[in-house]
Amino acid sequence: MSFFSLFKIALLALKRNKFRAFLTMLGVIIGVASVIAMLAIGQGSKESIQQQISNMGSNMLFVRPGSINSRGVRLSASEAQSLTLADSRAILRDCPAVAMVSPQVQGSGQAIAGARNWPTSIHGVNPDYLEIRKISIVHGSSFSAKDVNSSAKVCLLGQTVVNNLFGPDAEPVGQLIRFNRIPFKVIGVLSEKGESTFGRDQDDIILAPYTTVMKRILAISHLQRIYISAQSEDLVEQAAVEVSATLRREHKLPEDRDDDFNIRTQQELVTTFSATSEILTVLLASIAAISLLVGGIGIMNIMYVSVTERTREIGLRMAVGGKGRHILLQFLMESILLSVSGGLLGIGLGIGCSRLVASFLAWPISITSESIALAFAFCSAIGIFFGWYPAQKAASLDPIDALRFE
Amino acid sequence: MDDKIISVNNLTRAFRLGDLSVRALRGIDLSIAAGEFVAIRGASGSGKSTLLNILGCLDKPTEGDYRIDGVSTRAMNKNELADIRNRKIGFVFQSYNLLTRTSALENVELPLLYNPAISSRERRERAQRALAAVGLEDRMSHMPNQLSGGQQQRVAIARALVNDPVIVLADEATGNLDTRTSYEVMALFQDLNAGGMTIAFVTHEPDIAALCSRQVILRDGRIMRDEAVAAPGNAAHLLAALPATEDSIESAPQTDH
Repeated sequence: MSFFSLFKIALLALKRNKFRAFLTMLGVIIGVASVIAMLAIGQGSKESIQQQISNMGSNMLFVRPGSINSRGVRLSASEAQSLTLADSRAILRDCPAVAMVSPQVQGSGQAIAGARNWPTSIHGVNPDYLEIRKISIVHGSSFSAKDVNSSAKVCLLGQTVVNNLFGPDAEPVGQLIRFNRIPFKVIGVLSEKGESTFGRDQDDIILAPYTTVMKRILAISHLQRIYISAQSEDLVEQAAVEVSATLRREHKLPEDRDDDFNIRTQQELVTTFSATSEILTVLLASIAAISLLVGGIGIMNIMYVSVTERTREIGLRMAVGGKGRHILLQFLMESILLSVSGGLLGIGLGIGCSRLVASFLAWPISITSESIALAFAFCSAIGIFFGWYPAQKAASLDPIDALRFE
Repeated sequence: MDDKIISVNNLTRAFRLGDLSVRALRGIDLSIAAGEFVAIRGASGSGKSTLLNILGCLDKPTEGDYRIDGVSTRAMNKNELADIRNRKIGFVFQSYNLLTRTSALENVELPLLYNPAISSRERRERAQRALAAVGLEDRMSHMPNQLSGGQQQRVAIARALVNDPVIVLADEATGNLDTRTSYEVMALFQDLNAGGMTIAFVTHEPDIAALCSRQVILRDGRIMRDEAVAAPGNAAHLLAALPATEDSIESAPQTDH
């Protein structure tokens, strides 16, 4: 018996009970649609997190002081003064996988311009910092290496600072502001970055040469962080290894001592946050999959009804030469047809629902072909699994009894 | 030997009902030659249905050998028996057993669906020929519920003929029909028999059995009588002799005789 005639027989059988077939499919339709929608929402939030993190520079890594042992007393990391400008220079000199390095120190205080003031923080960095953190300048220009060498009192403002000190439409470049009573000339405005994944306003920031901030504002000689960019995204891990080796050598740490610094990469952040949203996605999708399972049980139920109803037909088919496997395939085909067409409709409905969620709730969604393939494979498997037992029952009927069945 | 379509030797069939063993057939010897039109008669419980099931390869004997068209079915498994049914046997049932909401033509095509050697084109052509042979060439696309009882039974006969069987087995094929339609169907069977088709016809009606060429009468699982019908009636003549007015009276299934 050809596949085509099996298909035709199954289709005819379903057409005889259109409404019943539709109700049975509805279980699968809803199940598949919810799996697709849940995966789309989960995948969407995962991708938006990854997007935000890679916006901060995906080949970036940074070093911060680690907790250190001082005569048996563990000091907290923030008190440590283990990072120095010499470290920063050594990293740039000795690590081939590293492209750029910027020291970073930061202090908070009150910024004042004319009659307005605003509490914010100032970050002392070098010109490469903008490149490392993927920050661009919308007005004016950045400071130069010369400004760093001369501890020039120049600064770049984030959008939030501009809005609060000058108003949204003002042109701050060339104006003077004061930060903790030190006057700075505004030479540029940074492009808007928005809130970070973790809710911090990334535009509430002032950038200035690190020399200026270290000497004139903080009066310190150590660094708080060292920002590094690797030559490429693939070299981030290697860069981390090289930086670690360099710092251990610079800090003259014996073999048995722990690092007195911490190296963090963006990759680690991506992994952590992706894992969180992954768990959420799996959770949502499994709840949706349960409804798909219930749909499958609906198919099984209706297939049992169908086998009982058509006992005489089964008997006749056997009497004219149909073998057990023909009958099995016929009913299996019917349940697969139910689940697969339900699956296709469900995929359509799922995509539609995801789009609705995206447009009304403004949630990020992402419908991947993997999620569609997964839902489709799952519902086909359900058709075979739940269709098998009723079909097996039909195939094992005795033709004499089946022909006499009332 | 080779003109024996069916040959049965010392056939028994016992059913197990709990601890009880019920012997439906207690030693049947029967052979049917090509071209015979055999009526198998007997009261309810005489074993005629059991015998027909075995002859039709739907059931297997407990003991004894059954050869159809020279082939022993003794060692055959279910699938091989299904192939025998598909290639060598045509069934006609009392209640027609047509698939509902399926056209006459597709109903007739059904046995050929299970024969992979036959293309869909050949299937269609053979089904059309079989329907034409039973006089329903103008009813091919009708559904069973658009056909009268006699027409439905003729579709069922066409279905039995479509695979070119060595024997047609009819189980009370006139049981649901009135006298006139019964004679019409019997006239068709007689025509087929005259064309060389071997037919075994299970019935409990003596006047229907009188239209066959040979009668086998069963009682309690044994053959009580096996004899040629002296002067088989001609169904077409009987049909012509029926008063025209009987149509309206005889529309219900007959209960007399």
